[in-house]
Amino acid sequence: MAASIDAGIGAGLEVRGMHCERGQRVLIDALDFDVPAGSVLTVVGPNGSGKTTLLRALAGLTQARVRRVAWRRVPIALRSAAWRAQLAYVGHQPGHKDELTAAENLELACVLQGGPAEPADRSRVLDEMGLAARSQLQVKRLSQGQKQRLALARLALSQRSLWLLDEPAAALDVQARDLLATIVARHIARGGTALIATHDPIDLPGARSAQLCLGLAGALPPAAMHAPAEVLAAARSDVR
Amino acid sequence: MAWIYRYASPATFYPVAGVLAPWFMAAAALLAGLGLYIGLIAAPTDFQQGDAYRIIYVHVPAAWMSMLIYIVMAIYAVLYLTFNTRLSAMMMNALAPTGAMFTFLALWTGALWGRPTWGTYWVWDARLTSELILLFLYFGFMALNAAIEDARRADKAAALVAIVGVVNVPIIYFSVQWWNTLHQGASVSMTASPKMASIMLSGMLVMGLAAWMYAIGAALKRVQTIIVEREVGADWLRRHLGDNAQVGRVA
Amino acid sequence: MSADAVHAGAWAGLVWALRRDLRLAARSAAEVLVVLGFFFVAVTLFPLGVGPDPRVLRLIGAGVIWVCAMLACLMSLARLFAADFADGTLEQMLLSEMPFGAIVCGKIGAHWLTTGWPLMLCTPLVGVQFGLDVTEVGVLLLTLALGTPVLSLIGGIMAALTLGLRGTGALLALLLLPLYVPVLIFGVGAVDAYSAGLGIEGQLSILGAELIVALVGAPLAAAAAVRIAID
Repeated sequence: MAASIDAGIGAGLEVRGMHCERGQRVLIDALDFDVPAGSVLTVVGPNGSGKTTLLRALAGLTQARVRRVAWRRVPIALRSAAWRAQLAYVGHQPGHKDELTAAENLELACVLQGGPAEPADRSRVLDEMGLAARSQLQVKRLSQGQKQRLALARLALSQRSLWLLDEPAAALDVQARDLLATIVARHIARGGTALIATHDPIDLPGARSAQLCLGLAGALPPAAMHAPAEVLAAARSDVR
Repeated sequence: MAWIYRYASPATFYPVAGVLAPWFMAAAALLAGLGLYIGLIAAPTDFQQGDAYRIIYVHVPAAWMSMLIYIVMAIYAVLYLTFNTRLSAMMMNALAPTGAMFTFLALWTGALWGRPTWGTYWVWDARLTSELILLFLYFGFMALNAAIEDARRADKAAALVAIVGVVNVPIIYFSVQWWNTLHQGASVSMTASPKMASIMLSGMLVMGLAAWMYAIGAALKRVQTIIVEREVGADWLRRHLGDNAQVGRVA
Repeated sequence: MSADAVHAGAWAGLVWALRRDLRLAARSAAEVLVVLGFFFVAVTLFPLGVGPDPRVLRLIGAGVIWVCAMLACLMSLARLFAADFADGTLEQMLLSEMPFGAIVCGKIGAHWLTTGWPLMLCTPLVGVQFGLDVTEVGVLLLTLALGTPVLSLIGGIMAALTLGLRGTGALLALLLLPLYVPVLIFGVGAVDAYSAGLGIEGQLSILGAELIVALVGAPLAAAAAVRIAID
């Protein structure tokens, strides 16, 4: 698993003709974008513009029509086991069991992610996230931000090459945001790829990044690879 | 295969259903009239049960339809989950109330027939009991459908329920029959006597055909309503309804 | 992926989910005990309702125990996927390489071990309340051993379909109880036949056949149902 992260050279995710509906509403139509290996795509847009839907559709949790999805130039199906083996997903819920301790949650998550993480790795990451002292506490005794940090710990241990992060910074304090940036930067440096949906883009100095803006009238063709600053400005003016 | 997909599109099917439904309804009315004439006037009185037996002209076709419609719903469910054709889901949903209605009718007429024949409105007869459970299955299907707001999720969940239900219907039927023979011994069965006069049989068949026609006609009318509900924002629908409105004004 | 790898993944998924849910159940043992408490109370209501005549009680005993076991099972099923759905762990399971059907199978297995199995352990006690003799209780336990896993398996499908809906409990009952009819009939039928001095192989074979069909079909249907519900 670890070796395959570096296997694809340059090519990452390629999506063509994506179409998502929720209820009667078309959220995403004829969307094309690329995320090269070793880069981040930040997905921005007003509330209800389909950021979460886009990520969930890529994760295979929500159904979407897609003309073509290719991962490292190989076409794949969004609900196949081979595709799932590439993915790490952090959604709105942190994804822990309240009754179990932080350490237990992490152990269960590692098995689920197919990772070979050793106990030593897990305690190192918990330490890095500032949770070492609380690793034996039940998660229900942790604060919202600490739960989010635990989700980051899960991410840090993940060997998956494509990360789908939905508002990962929502409940994080300044230090934890730095931790998030560190983890993502490390992932990118290893040749990994990430899609991050957020209202509040994370600073990733030195990492290749681009922005995808959803929900703007008349869209900005082609949606992929805009100059970050101006696209974000456009998105924000649209919100107002 | 392309033509199937063309007719499986709600936009194409909507006008077709509109044209067909009245014809099926008219056929149902005609056949029901003929069937009732055969059943209530032409057919002789039964020497054992008197005139009470005549309820079979409604009861038996209703019982046939109650089971048939559930099976047809399950077939539509399989089609929907396999080919993702929205019209199949709409047909499945459109059939459910008709199926439940026939199931209820079969139970009601069964009770009415039981009173003069068995001396009680309800006995735990195998057929009546499995019919009652079938009614619960219809209720469950419709309740789940109504509880889910998102139409696509409701369709898929209901389709799965229909398939799970249809796998279980024979098991339930068989188990209830076995249970009934264990507990009741030789009770009066609701089946008509084997040497049924041919005129009685033909009356029942005509009524059965009428029930078919009614079920198809009602389902087509209901599927039109469902299409309008679902496609409320679609251009084709606005165009279609707009044209009709204009025609109405000119006339 | 080779067939062997898929096989290994399925087994790993099943064991992972089974151990996880059992550990969770151990942490919140109160939930298991509440279901057992419900079973006891519900069973106790019947003698109060129909009178203490030992002949009547003996006649209805097996039926009452089976019906109450079904209702107890129904109560606990509502939470089978709901808690994991609410905290986001269900999404993580869906994203695993381990086949989701196997994970669902493990969860259903854990459900049986924390519902059907404890109910069986309580059965001798309530059997005495209804004046069943030892061998009759033995037959009842045999039918429960074959039948309660079917309740958990079919229940898993409907619990998944009603995930996140309003009024889940009543809806679940309406969807599920009609499907439980055959298990009830053959479960109670075996005890009745035994009391009447007849053979019970037929009923037990049918219950066994139902268990096999449910084992093959239900986890996959439940997995599909979860995907539908989470969409």
